[in-house]
Amino acid sequence: MRERDALVGKAAEAVARRSYGKLIAFLAARSRDVAGAEDALSEAFASALAHWPKDGVPDNPEAWLLAAARRKSVDAHRRRKRSEDASDHLKLMAHELATANDNTVPDKRLLLMFACAHPAVDEATRAPLILQTVLGFDAATIASAFLVAPASMGQRLVRAKAKIRGAAIPFRLPEPDELRERLDAVLDAIYAAYTEGWSDPAATDMHRRELAGEAIWLGRLVCASLPGEPEALGLLALMLHCEARRDARRDRIGEFVPLAEQNTDLWNSAMIDEAEMHLRRAGEMRAIGRFQLEAAVQSAHAVRRTSNRADWRAILTLYDALWDLTRSPVVAINRAVAVAETEGAQEGLAVLDMQARDKRLSQYQPYWAARAELLSRIGRIAEATEAYVQAIGLETDPAVRRFLQRKQAALGSDRGVC
Amino acid sequence: MKYMLLIYADPVGFAALKPAEAQAAMAAYEAFTTALESEKVLIHSQRLRPTSEATTIHVENGKNKVLNGPYVETKEQLGGYFVIEAPDLDAALKWAARCPGSHHGTIEVRPVWEM
Repeated sequence: MRERDALVGKAAEAVARRSYGKLIAFLAARSRDVAGAEDALSEAFASALAHWPKDGVPDNPEAWLLAAARRKSVDAHRRRKRSEDASDHLKLMAHELATANDNTVPDKRLLLMFACAHPAVDEATRAPLILQTVLGFDAATIASAFLVAPASMGQRLVRAKAKIRGAAIPFRLPEPDELRERLDAVLDAIYAAYTEGWSDPAATDMHRRELAGEAIWLGRLVCASLPGEPEALGLLALMLHCEARRDARRDRIGEFVPLAEQNTDLWNSAMIDEAEMHLRRAGEMRAIGRFQLEAAVQSAHAVRRTSNRADWRAILTLYDALWDLTRSPVVAINRAVAVAETEGAQEGLAVLDMQARDKRLSQYQPYWAARAELLSRIGRIAEATEAYVQAIGLETDPAVRRFLQRKQAALGSDRGVC
Repeated sequence: MKYMLLIYADPVGFAALKPAEAQAAMAAYEAFTTALESEKVLIHSQRLRPTSEATTIHVENGKNKVLNGPYVETKEQLGGYFVIEAPDLDAALKWAARCPGSHHGTIEVRPVWEM
């Protein structure tokens, strides 16, 4: 019996993983009551764990859960609301039942993502909200991935859901004239989820590792739902390019390996090839954007698989375009590095100097690391040492910190470390 | 769903308009109101007199505290509002974007608490 329970538990878990977002999206699409849908679905899961061991796992677990969640939701409304309101809700439910074929739950996850990434939702909460509602991550997991106190993350999520319901943010594809802009917010949220996962390459923290994988999954979902959107393909290509290098980013003892020194044999070729394919398809659509440019940069790094050296000329051109598009200080730093690789360290440093007035950069590790590197290449050792001190002080990843410390220690003695 | 569109604008700007410009601005509001009416979404709308004529009152320990001026003294002030019926926030925002107030000022879109 215990074995059977475990099997049933596994089946329920598998359905939960596969269908969670789909069920939430469908349950909340009309009422816009995401929190209510979550409650109803979690009761439905509890009920599955109680019934399935006795009655067996149903043929269509998804439909079973949906029916159970609907009943719970109606019950909750009966308890909570005055009769006229409840009857409205019952009408809605009846309509949903009529439109939904019980064997297939219509997939409204993309619409749920558009609601979560609506400009009326607090920007910092959009990615966490998508992770919670579409992927079923709990608030504590999301909080730890985004380095926010669980209580305040929980509060933000509750507030965002109240906003969706209270202000009636629709579960709908935006109008064509708004689609690109709104899609950007969805893509930004997915990328935010990916970069949170990316920041733990050793995958010592399973939450983060999963975050990266789930973000790629969301990227695939968007591409499948909106196949004509080049930026969605660009984002997917970008994430796949980065993910392909996961195993090469740490050596055998867990030390950080910078991109230029990574063993390309450890890169995942299949992932890179897939990324290239998506990027080509995006390019054919002739509407360039931030994610396609960033993916193209990664593509120009990936040529090192065959040519031993990244295509720095192309990288510089791409960062020029990204700079024109975003004016982002982060892009400016990467551009300075590309200038250094193509024209010389002195020229790269001049580009960095132009950015030095931007106050945000004084707290940004890569600015100081790039500065230290370029200063050391032209022999300004004292200044390089000082820049490394800044970079080391700002770095939170211990492996990267040790890497920077090694580079700092090597200053003046061995110039071959760059 | 009912939404209130609260129009915040700099009253100085409007006061500085030449008569013909002021007339054009009023005409724009009239056209917007007519559009709301013909689409049957308008529930209620008012233009407010300037904040120089505003008075605030707060009752504390049974005592009336009456002060001259608006609740918050800012450059942009609540100058009027529309209450409209819209199916969702996107529809309400679309109307708000058509309101002249979103061009010469800023509009806050608030769902109305349904009683």
